[in-house]
Amino acid sequence: MATPLHPGVPLPIVMEDVHVNLGATPVLRGVSLRFEAGAPTVLIGPNGSGKTTLLRVAMGLLRADAGRIRWGESDHAVPERCALVFQRPVMLRRTVAANLGYALAAAGVPRAQRPARVQALLREVGLDGMADRPAPRLSGGERQRLALARALARDPAVLFLDEPTASLDPAATLAIEELVRRVAAAGVKVVMTTHDLGEAARLAGEVVLLHRGRVIETGPASQLLVQPRTEEARRFIAGQLLV
Amino acid sequence: MPGEASALQLVLSGDPALYAIVRLSLAVSLSATLLATLLGAPLGALLALSRFRGRQLIIVMLNALMGLPPVVAGLAVYLLLSRSGPLGSLGLLFTPQAMVITQTLLVLPIIAALTRQTVEDLWHEYRDELDAMDVGPLRRMTTLLWDARFSLVTAVLAGFGRAAAEVGSIIIVGGNIEGFTRTMTTAIAMETSKGNLPLAMGLGLVLITLILVVNAAAWAVRRAGQRFEHA
Repeated sequence: MATPLHPGVPLPIVMEDVHVNLGATPVLRGVSLRFEAGAPTVLIGPNGSGKTTLLRVAMGLLRADAGRIRWGESDHAVPERCALVFQRPVMLRRTVAANLGYALAAAGVPRAQRPARVQALLREVGLDGMADRPAPRLSGGERQRLALARALARDPAVLFLDEPTASLDPAATLAIEELVRRVAAAGVKVVMTTHDLGEAARLAGEVVLLHRGRVIETGPASQLLVQPRTEEARRFIAGQLLV
Repeated sequence: MPGEASALQLVLSGDPALYAIVRLSLAVSLSATLLATLLGAPLGALLALSRFRGRQLIIVMLNALMGLPPVVAGLAVYLLLSRSGPLGSLGLLFTPQAMVITQTLLVLPIIAALTRQTVEDLWHEYRDELDAMDVGPLRRMTTLLWDARFSLVTAVLAGFGRAAAEVGSIIIVGGNIEGFTRTMTTAIAMETSKGNLPLAMGLGLVLITLILVVNAAAWAVRRAGQRFEHA
């Protein structure tokens, strides 16, 4: 049994035969997975494979129609110390600093501690000097960094990232990947999705391939991305279209 | 024209009678707008964030009430406050308070309906983020009202514009009593019928200036808010 990484946040997260339908369309079909403490887990797969839905269900933003999700070895509600960064994060119509102040307030950080935490978070994500900028006016890369900072304001033990580098230029992608590496090295369990196999290779400890709402293959990045066991995984890694 | 010259002279000379009317008009309309905002903004936000049976019906009714004919509102308040009405014992009929109540009834649907629409639109935008931050219902409402503040100020100014320009209902419940319930709009109506055009035109000049200032303020607020809109 894995040891909880942070007190009060039970790991692993275990999904057992999880089914999710959006309307009449099945999006997750019997997904069983286990997210252990350690290096980032990266979910890969074509559009519509269920990656984003899986993150939302794990985070408790979407209810599973069937199956069970457990945090730790017993049934738990989703703990407070987890956070999700969306693919297109929405910036509150406030300054950069006020966005962070809001996230800290929502996380229950006392008012007196917030200014120092805001400065520390801005430094951590490389946005120092931008505290007074209106957040909705930031570039795509800056928004992702601010969204990451807002997530880190919750002092998460588990961080879900939904395609954090989608549509970013190489420099912004590099900055985000570096941040993810630092966060993971600090002991935060990162579970993220990506379309970019190179990114998966750079960041992942474990890789999960999803297709049409099912888990096709899971394994260490060094194995799955190099010598996949299944035909679908081989085709996906080779850059062929999975339909 | 001599009438225009006299009107301008009345305004510029600080005519006490004219400015007493202006002060009362502003006091009544600002009080009504404040009351309608305090009641209408939370009501609109609550309606935007709640889901219950009959919600759509309430939204349709609220939108319809934006076009409530002022004389009908005046008549309803008159019946409530008249000596034989349910609130007759309060003795409010033909007082400035009665005019505030009537104008509040006219402005409240405007502010509540515009708040509902604005907050609901913003809620669709913010929902995922606030859910992910585990924000509770009360904080959601205050967050949305605060972040929609620039649009809401425009709604409040629109409400004030309606209150300041209103005449039918406040004649019914205020009685247009000189020095007590006479406002710019009721005075203009009466002075015109009496043929006292300089005073009517002077008040008209002040009223138009006021409406221009309100619109300029709405524009300035909108411009300030654009700073926080998406690039």
